[in-house]
Amino acid sequence: MRHLILGTFLYLCCAFPSHGEEFDAKRHKMVEEILADITANDRFTLDPTVQAAMGKVERHRFVPGWLAAFAYLNRPLPIGHGQTISQPTIVALMTDLIKVKAGDKVLEIGTGSGYQAAVLAEIVESVYSIEIIEPLEKEAAERLKSLGYGNVKVKLSDGYYGWPEAAPFDAIVVTAASSHVPPPLIKQLKPGGRMVIPLGAQFMTQYLMLVEKRMDGSVTSHQIAPVAFVPLTGKH
Amino acid sequence: MPVLKPPFFAIGLLSSCLLAYEVLLTRLFSIVLWHHFAYMIISAAMLGFGASGTALALLKEKIAPHIGAVYLIAATSTAFLMPLAFLLAQQVPFNPLELLWDGTQPAKLLAIYLLMMLPFFFGGLCMGLVLWHFGGNAGRIYAFDILGAGAGSLGVIGLLYVMPPHKVLIVLTALSLAAAAVAVIELEMRPKWMAKVFFGLALIVAAMPPGNWMLTHPSTYKDLSQTLNITGMRVIEERSSPLGQITVVESSRIPFRHAPGMSLNAMDEPPPQLAVFVDGNGPAVITRFDGTLAPLAYLDQLTSALPYHVLNEPHSRPHVLVLGAGAGGDVLQALYHGAGKIDAVELDRNIIDLVQRRFSGFAGNLYARPEVHTYEGEARGFVNTHDDRYDLIQVALLDSFGVASAGLYGLSESYLYTVEALQTYLNRLTPGGMLAVTRWLSLPPRDSLKLFATAVAALERAGVSNPAARLAMIRGWKTVTLLVKHSDFTSGEIAAIKEFSRARSFDVAYYPGMRADEANRYNLLAQPYFYEGAVALLGTERQAFLDRYKFSIEPATDDRPYFFHFFKWNAAAELFALREQGGMALLDWSYPLLVATLLQAFVASILLVLAPLAVSRRRRALPTLRVALYFLAIGLAFMFMEIAFIQKFVLFLAHPLYAVAVVLCAFLVFAGVGSWLAERWRGRGSNRNVSLAVVAIATLSVIYLAVLPSVFQGLIHLSDPAKIAISVALIAPLAVCMGIPFPTGMMRLASTAQDAIPWAWAINGFASVVGAVLATLLAIHLGFAAVILLAVLIYGLAGAALKGFA
Repeated sequence: MRHLILGTFLYLCCAFPSHGEEFDAKRHKMVEEILADITANDRFTLDPTVQAAMGKVERHRFVPGWLAAFAYLNRPLPIGHGQTISQPTIVALMTDLIKVKAGDKVLEIGTGSGYQAAVLAEIVESVYSIEIIEPLEKEAAERLKSLGYGNVKVKLSDGYYGWPEAAPFDAIVVTAASSHVPPPLIKQLKPGGRMVIPLGAQFMTQYLMLVEKRMDGSVTSHQIAPVAFVPLTGKH
Repeated sequence: MPVLKPPFFAIGLLSSCLLAYEVLLTRLFSIVLWHHFAYMIISAAMLGFGASGTALALLKEKIAPHIGAVYLIAATSTAFLMPLAFLLAQQVPFNPLELLWDGTQPAKLLAIYLLMMLPFFFGGLCMGLVLWHFGGNAGRIYAFDILGAGAGSLGVIGLLYVMPPHKVLIVLTALSLAAAAVAVIELEMRPKWMAKVFFGLALIVAAMPPGNWMLTHPSTYKDLSQTLNITGMRVIEERSSPLGQITVVESSRIPFRHAPGMSLNAMDEPPPQLAVFVDGNGPAVITRFDGTLAPLAYLDQLTSALPYHVLNEPHSRPHVLVLGAGAGGDVLQALYHGAGKIDAVELDRNIIDLVQRRFSGFAGNLYARPEVHTYEGEARGFVNTHDDRYDLIQVALLDSFGVASAGLYGLSESYLYTVEALQTYLNRLTPGGMLAVTRWLSLPPRDSLKLFATAVAALERAGVSNPAARLAMIRGWKTVTLLVKHSDFTSGEIAAIKEFSRARSFDVAYYPGMRADEANRYNLLAQPYFYEGAVALLGTERQAFLDRYKFSIEPATDDRPYFFHFFKWNAAAELFALREQGGMALLDWSYPLLVATLLQAFVASILLVLAPLAVSRRRRALPTLRVALYFLAIGLAFMFMEIAFIQKFVLFLAHPLYAVAVVLCAFLVFAGVGSWLAERWRGRGSNRNVSLAVVAIATLSVIYLAVLPSVFQGLIHLSDPAKIAISVALIAPLAVCMGIPFPTGMMRLASTAQDAIPWAWAINGFASVVGAVLATLLAIHLGFAAVILLAVLIYGLAGAALKGFA
């Protein structure tokens, strides 16, 4: 019986989100964790604007209510329809890698919960986000609107052709899995623009691909493991 | 209730249902989750057998007066729990992908274990009851038990060909109820009409129309589930066989555009495609083809197109062998590049049929074209039994990216990428011909470098003095292609490799004479890992590199066919420490899960085996340590032998499924014969019988280990029926001997310490589970030959232990 009571108590704790200030404190702690994670890898830094955006966006508003208590853990969470909200460290790293700044126009393929779009919207002028799964698109559009992200446009569409009416973009984030990088997206990237794509299974980002379009239109890509792990040690 | 003679036929039928159920669960959990979780869950479920022995040991006094009734209740429970446990287990919101993130997931997995243990617990209770009560007939009881299991192992494969897995579940429920009815008759239970009631129930269940409630509910994170979430996706065809459940999906709104790892420079869009999922993983695609090649230009933008640019005169219209043709992507690629003749080998008849018949119009009658010849069969078997020579052998990218990148294949034996396999392929090449293998790119490099190491070993074994001159590897941003040539690469060919890669912004990872500054130009890595790895693997300090590398990339061999096993403990510790930064995504999952499976089986076994000892007030009624050791040893050794020899015969029989079914069935049936003989020969003395059996097992095993490879090589060209007959003939004497120790020990206990029988049954049950998992673990590290030798040693121990029985 004692277990039942304890279990019910724990369930209630999880089911009802705690007060706003508590979330603020958790978010603050999360940003510290992200910063520590990312800078542990001496190849990375985290731009203060990205830190500020991560500290501002209320991640608990982007996860299902019953998971709100876990929203500021540095981990991916399920958001239904077989999709996830990415691990905050990965969101921060992706945002940092595309080097966005105020005044930029960014395209996102795969809105999901809308969290990444919100983080971008804190920094850039406008975000165009495309989602392929209808209920997710509706939820994300409503959520972003209610949270006051007026600079994010969401539409239900095939991400392959990008958003030609709004092209070209300073940066593109492709979070939807794809067997290849759609050529139209590369076309819609401004010369000097950057595109980032996470690769790996759900809940497990193995590496990030950063595509850079040079001023002459040619592209190079970088494959970046988020983790500071070298397969070899010592000389060979 | 009077109890007269053992219910032999009921036991046989129940046993066949339980074994069939075990095989069926592998299918069902592979569809719902992923294959290696199926393995984990079933291992845990099988502990139910051992637990039944423990329960019996603890409750035997209470059960004794009602043995018939208890048997019937247990048999009925088994029947109904088969579907019920699975349906309930599907309701548990377990998500393996969150195991490392979410502390509640292990508890959910445990709930699934406990549910799935139930049918095996009650089934085991039936067996244990009968063995205990009729211990003197243990030989024949065990014979019916394993003969039934043998029949079940074949029967379920047949059933899975004619009906989907969820219907097989219903058939097994009905058959288990029929087994209960047979028990009523054999045990002469009163009232007699009970038998009719059970038969009636069986008929009702069998005739029940399958409803939606019975369908499987795959994880929402499987590729198929994710695809079906998109508006406009529609399932247009479903096929089911023991090889997998195939689902074909059409998209009315958003094309699939499957072109894995296509060059970033490419501007082509793939033509319309149909997606083909196997057990919800994938997709592979059937591409629309109208006979014109221009829309297939995207296939020239993949790393796998490299060999077509390197092959030159006289190979300009090459004779190509595609191993793992699937839905035809690599066949189309060969056509696009002007192949003169294409032999396409695919294991699953259903997949061939989709392209050849069901969607032949859409696929442009691809498999009916004069230059294309399709063969149903396993890749190695095909290469071994056909004498044709090829200009190009393409080993297709068969597994899906998601499954591969999550490291979920670590436990699967694969004879496609072993040193011996590569040697076989190289032997089938024309002078100047080449082997091309494409894999998904993993970072840090794992499969690609392991493949490279395997190719180096294969060339060295073939006596090539300078393997470095025959290897080339390129990488895109998502795939890696390795070329192994039958002769040295020429300067013209090297120029072609460089030009192909440059035009597509693929990086050259290795070619003979490559300079370090040529690596890592387009898809930039922190370090040129692929080039450095390739150079190290060709150098004199190869072993030091292999030892130092943080993933296991030692070449896979036929004796240790674990190509997808990359796990190393020290790297795991480092990655675990880096988990918050994403370290866990780099971990090869299946190995730690195998270890976890072993540990959980071990802990459960210890607790449950010790339970009767702890609870029993009359410890003297329990058997000695030697008895425990005996049943532990023969349980372990039997599983070691069975699993290792199945793998040894898989290559000979050249079909993963039929080989397992045939070898398993032969093992069980002939072990059944051995059990029957054990009862007939009991007068000769149990020590003598077991000693003879152990000596025979040891002799046969050692002979087989020594001669089977050359026997198989010599006979590989025979027809399938002949090879099956030879396999059965080889297994028979070994299995007969292996069937003797268990019933002999049981009969010995029946005459000396009958109350110890349930305990011995429990120990043997646990040993079988631990043995199965341990055999795989040992094979990964030591190889199957070592597993067999170890089994011989353990049998020797058993022989010694029996001599000390009270």
